[in-house]
Amino acid sequence: MTFINYASREINCKIVYYGPGLCGKTTNLQWIYEKTNPAAKGKLISLATETERTLFFDFLPLELGTIRGFKTRFHLYTVPGQVFYDASRKLILKGVDGVIFVADSQEARMDANIESLKNLGDNLRLQGYDLKSIPYVLQLNKRDIARAVPVDVMLRALRVKNEEYFEAVAPKGTGVFGTLKAAARQVLISLKKAS
Amino acid sequence: MPMTDTVMYEEQLGQINAILARLRADANARATFLIDKNGQQIAATGEDLDQMDATALASLTAGNVASTDAIAKLIGEREFSNLVHEGEKDSLHISLVNERIILVILFDERSSLGLVRLRVRRATSDLVTVFEVVDRRQAEEMTRGGISPSPFAEITDDDIDSLFA
Repeated sequence: MTFINYASREINCKIVYYGPGLCGKTTNLQWIYEKTNPAAKGKLISLATETERTLFFDFLPLELGTIRGFKTRFHLYTVPGQVFYDASRKLILKGVDGVIFVADSQEARMDANIESLKNLGDNLRLQGYDLKSIPYVLQLNKRDIARAVPVDVMLRALRVKNEEYFEAVAPKGTGVFGTLKAAARQVLISLKKAS
Repeated sequence: MPMTDTVMYEEQLGQINAILARLRADANARATFLIDKNGQQIAATGEDLDQMDATALASLTAGNVASTDAIAKLIGEREFSNLVHEGEKDSLHISLVNERIILVILFDERSSLGLVRLRVRRATSDLVTVFEVVDRRQAEEMTRGGISPSPFAEITDDDIDSLFA
């Protein structure tokens, strides 16, 4: 749910990183945080357990610049990936404008990818959204690991609507900004369509 | 259905700021914030606001309200309409204005929970009235086929690319 403030001429949009546990959602945000000009970002907030697993969410506000005289802000959130945090994931999807699904390229995590993707579809439906129509980008993360699942195999298993996809290595930044930019573009284009 | 986009207009934002400023003075509070349930800040008044990370405060408060709301439903309550966090020096009073909007008061020993509660009641009813106008105005704009002139209808690929340049 985009927040358009005509008084202060600001648009605020919410993008959520979704995916199975340890797929690299938080690492995406950390890379964006490290590589963004300090004036354009707020604090990276991580509500994590003592073992640095996401407990509730990570949050990073980004100010990307001005578009048609409106300051454009994106609020980036991650969900906790572990299966038993489903109640928290539902809450974080409230008011979402765009979703990035981060898939893990390890063979052993393919079932977790598929389960998480199904969970995303279910939880979006509960909030009244449809995965088929919401701005959505797929990221295939950890492409640098040995014996990564081939891209075409991952796409066959995970692609839901011919959405854009990016190969990524989040700790090195590969594909991180490309993924975000694609999602932001779709969100802004959806605003254009709605207007 | 998902909620529609929230739109805020100059005139109503002025009224909201005035209500928040009066609430802050009447309750002897340090600061007052209005945020939406998705964690976006709508308005804020108070001392040392530039020293405070209001964006993070808005996001974390919305998370707090969302999780407390879910807990309420788990135990069969419709909602917990007021939350209070008491600190050694500063405290927070968080309450719902309507289904979408959260009011936050930051206060210290110069005020008291009783006073804050009392003043919040009047401010809430004033805010409800303002948001009814916002909603009505937005609904009217939508039936007329969108907000006009929309700043977004003309967005080009170049505009979007320039954001990431």
